[in-house]
Amino acid sequence: MSKQRVVVVGNGMVGHKFIDNLVNDTDADQYEIVTFSEEPRLAYDRVQLSSYFSGATAEDLAMTDEGYYNDKGVNFVLNDKVSELNTTENYVVTESGRKESYDKLVLATGSFPFVPPIPGNDQEHCLVYRTIEDLEAISASAKQSKVGVVVGGGLLGLEAANALKAAGLETHVVEFAPRLMAVQLDEGGGTLLRRKIEDLGVNVHTEKATSEIVAGETCRYRMNFADGSHLETDMILFSAGIRPQDELARQFDLEIGERGGIVVNDNCQTNVDNVYAIGECALWEGRIYGLVAPGYTMAKVAVSHITGGADQFKGADMSTKLKLLGVDVASIGDAHGNTPGAQSYTYNDEIEQVYKRLIVSEDGKKVLGAVLVGDVEAYGNLLQLMLNDMDLPENPAGLILPAGDGEAAAGLGVDALPDSAVICSCYDVTKGDLQKAVAEGATDMGGIKAATEASTGCGGCAALAKQVLDSELANLGYEVKNDICEHFAYSRQELADIVRIKKIKTFDELLESHGQGLGCEVCKPAVGSILASFWNDYVLEDAHIGLQDTNDIFLGNMQKDGTYSIVPRVAGGEITPDKLIVLGEVAKEFDLYTKVTGGQRIDLFGAQLHELPIIWKKLVDAGFETGHAYGKSLRTVKSCVGSTWCRYGVNDSVGFAINLEDRYKGLRSPHKIKFAVSGCTRECAEAQCKDIGVIATENGWNLYVCGNGGMRPRHGDLFATDLDDETLIKYVDRVLMFYIRTADRLQRTSVWLENLEGGLDYLKEVVIDDKLGLGEELEAEMEASLGNYQCEWKTTIENPEKLKRFQHFINTKEGDDSLAYVVERGQRRPATKEERIQSVELVD
Amino acid sequence: MSNWITVCRQEDLSPSTGLCALHQGEQVAIFFCGQTSDLYAVSNYDPIGEANVLSRGLMGSLGDAVVVASPLYKQHFNLKTGECLEDPEHKLKTYPIRLESGEVQLQAA
Ligand code: SRM
Ligand SMILES: Cc1cc2nc3c(=O)[nH]c(=O)nc-3n(C[C@H](O)[C@H](O)[C@H](O)COP(=O)(O)OP(=O)(O)OC[C@H]3O[C@@H](n4cnc5c(N)ncnc54)[C@H](O)[C@@H]3O)c2cc1C
Ligand code: SF4
Ligand code: FES
Repeated sequence: MSKQRVVVVGNGMVGHKFIDNLVNDTDADQYEIVTFSEEPRLAYDRVQLSSYFSGATAEDLAMTDEGYYNDKGVNFVLNDKVSELNTTENYVVTESGRKESYDKLVLATGSFPFVPPIPGNDQEHCLVYRTIEDLEAISASAKQSKVGVVVGGGLLGLEAANALKAAGLETHVVEFAPRLMAVQLDEGGGTLLRRKIEDLGVNVHTEKATSEIVAGETCRYRMNFADGSHLETDMILFSAGIRPQDELARQFDLEIGERGGIVVNDNCQTNVDNVYAIGECALWEGRIYGLVAPGYTMAKVAVSHITGGADQFKGADMSTKLKLLGVDVASIGDAHGNTPGAQSYTYNDEIEQVYKRLIVSEDGKKVLGAVLVGDVEAYGNLLQLMLNDMDLPENPAGLILPAGDGEAAAGLGVDALPDSAVICSCYDVTKGDLQKAVAEGATDMGGIKAATEASTGCGGCAALAKQVLDSELANLGYEVKNDICEHFAYSRQELADIVRIKKIKTFDELLESHGQGLGCEVCKPAVGSILASFWNDYVLEDAHIGLQDTNDIFLGNMQKDGTYSIVPRVAGGEITPDKLIVLGEVAKEFDLYTKVTGGQRIDLFGAQLHELPIIWKKLVDAGFETGHAYGKSLRTVKSCVGSTWCRYGVNDSVGFAINLEDRYKGLRSPHKIKFAVSGCTRECAEAQCKDIGVIATENGWNLYVCGNGGMRPRHGDLFATDLDDETLIKYVDRVLMFYIRTADRLQRTSVWLENLEGGLDYLKEVVIDDKLGLGEELEAEMEASLGNYQCEWKTTIENPEKLKRFQHFINTKEGDDSLAYVVERGQRRPATKEERIQSVELVD
Repeated sequence: MSNWITVCRQEDLSPSTGLCALHQGEQVAIFFCGQTSDLYAVSNYDPIGEANVLSRGLMGSLGDAVVVASPLYKQHFNLKTGECLEDPEHKLKTYPIRLESGEVQLQAA
């Protein structure tokens, strides 16, 4: 039997998915595939298109490549549009004149951006947002523009606005409807989204109908609106919705919906049996699906039908969760509560800017829909409740109330989900599929992704998929292992308990009694840190030296070229002119690059190993101490100037910051710890993003805990108010020692608190109410550790034996001869590879 | 007959840490294992971080391999074979090393 010819018109996301499914089918060898693309490249990930602006290349976005198609015997023609279709004689013709006959034809032509018929909409800097070429044009236009307008405040419009804003343009969004994302959000959600986006500096204009685009006075163009107002801009991006690309079908007599779209049945067949339509061009039961997941399902259905299977398309869920301009937004099901009898719960927090509305059925038993803005944590739970038609828990409001305050949010255990529950809608992966993957050996998210593709699309399902994974591992009797590494079958917390309770003083002792092998760069520094937290011995003792990362061994942070940085402690950021002069003189003498750090102190970069002790000797003699910038330990206590100078200050924030820094300096912990103290609620020291934050009030200090800047910022939680100095220190002792005892390796206080069972309330019970009766013990441990403080640099320079290590070579006094520098803005910095190559050429 | 050159004394070694010696114009990282008393010598140059730093990395084991983790980006190098475990394309030069009456010696080329 000769092969069946399958022609696929359009090689977008869905067309490619169809081909990929067909060539991997067991009957793949019975088909010969030809695909045509109007675009100059094979399918790429349009969903991630915007990442092109943040550096992703066309290759990064590509979903396949020519090699793969060649291997699989797929014929492809790029840059050639199919312009003619004959469904009686079964052939297509392209613009270049190529004729191709088919047994089965698949139309996967997607959609095109709708540009409203406004006079003047066809000028040079009026663009759309759909293809890589569009993005190239936008980049080019943005470079010649200062102001940009996006027409359309829907999902794509806001994504486009983000791109313009990132390109540095003054950005406006012009929307015809009275609110943003009118399709997905209700009024409350749309209003909050608008406020958040305006706070980010994007101007939003709603209820504006553009009547014409003419030459501008201050900018390139002027947009005149129907209400008589106008707006000037240098470029315009149209994102006013999509229209199905049904041109071919329309011209050559396939059935088309009233408002466009190629009509298909449950098999994705058009009114002509051997012609299929899938993806955004297809109209099923009067609906177009403008998302990729339903398109993928259609691709699967069409392959199934062609190969004799029984899959059918039964509609798809349009719930979405995304981040728009950094704002979390989600919409589930019947977001507008249009179902007869629908009732709703609304939670609206104008302070924290969170809006959540839960729409439930008339009998109050089922979830119909939801709108979430500002906090979308509940998305996974709510979506599953709706998709699986599950009964609501007793107090449905708990599903959208913030966790922690009062009762905990009513959760939904993944165990309650049926096996058929779709966890990843991008790749149509069910709970059952995940269970199967685990049973077949996947034990982490990497394995899950490789086996099922779950979580490799939009990523929205990652948290839920991980929960299923963990629960499945537990069900199968695996212990969910949190062993620190192959050398110790214990978690960091367990190791900390062992060290503390058995009074173990060295790594070798611990390895011999509880471990195996030689140790590694994971367990050695972790154990080193635990030992230091409880016993606080000198870290360069013979027994500890091999445990330290190079930063701790040489008491400085290693830089990219192997040299080190020098950061003396400047408690509270307060420094005398004399000490500043010393730093300047030392920097000058050793030609050190000098920079003020984000932690209110001064960093001197580029010291070679043999210079470190000489430099530190000078600094210690001048009264400086090590700043522990290298250690997992207390870094800085930032302060604002406070009541001594500031007209608003209500307490001496500098003085208290210095006290705190002096108290906790040298404290080793699972990760670094940062404090800050502000003199009043204006909060100039940014205390709420620190592990320990202190803000002065009329009546004492407010204490915030477990804040974080860095990679995943978190505001600290208010822990206690109006404290006096002693009580505050008592609480901080207890919080930090409890953290040291129970946290994981390299876990900041923020993540620790988030993982602590019982959360903030529990921490308050342990620390303030002393529920575990541990309070005094924790304080005593802190006293003991702090009592052993020494400036490691002072100890080191006084110990000639230790100084021997500060030498690049053991057998000569020479330094590393491969270092090379160039001068920039009056100071030296490491030469780049290119600069090094050039200088070699110059010398030769 | 092979020739051995003394680069330092036994007392200079601290258990399970490295040090660097200049040996016939090349930078050699030397490691001494506290548990087994074995000695290792590999090139000090980290081909991935592109700097002379390996002697300052943490020494340990991964499975049966005795390794050093680069202090810059933490790739592991097998101290016996010089091979990078994450990226076998990168291989460090290794040097014959011995302890002879209290002296640490590298073989001359
Ligand atoms: C020097 C400095 C940047 C500057 O020029 O201003 C700096 C430099 C480094 N930071 Fe930082 N951070 C510096 C302030 C900060 C701040 C701002 C602050 O402290 O107020 C933050 C955000 C606040 C926070 O930590 O919550 C910050 C968040 C990070 C992070 C991310 C931590 C996180 O939890 O996400 C890392 C990576 C890590 O620790 O794993 C990091 C790591 C580093 C390292 C250690 C990376 C490395 O291994 O080489 C850099 C070494 C500096 C050196 O050689 O001395 N640095 N770093 C700042 C030193 C402050 C000081 O005086 O000690
Ligand atoms: C910026 C952006 C962000 C998005 N974000 C999301 C998201 O977060 N989540 C989500 O689910 N969806 C998102 N989408 C939508 C998603 O990209 C589409 O649903 C998906 O691409 C539809 O796939 P398709 O194959 O049907 O159409 P397309 O990917 O558009 O592919 C159709 C292809 O057919 C070609 N073609 C058309 N006519 C012809 C012809 N006559 N001859 C030859 N070739 C032809 C077109 O040039 C095109 O290459 C986003 C879209 C954009 C533009
Ligand atoms: S936080 Fe208050 S006291 Fe401190 S500088 Fe700002 S306004 Fe002044
Ligand atoms: S839902 Fe998008 S990746 Fe799983």
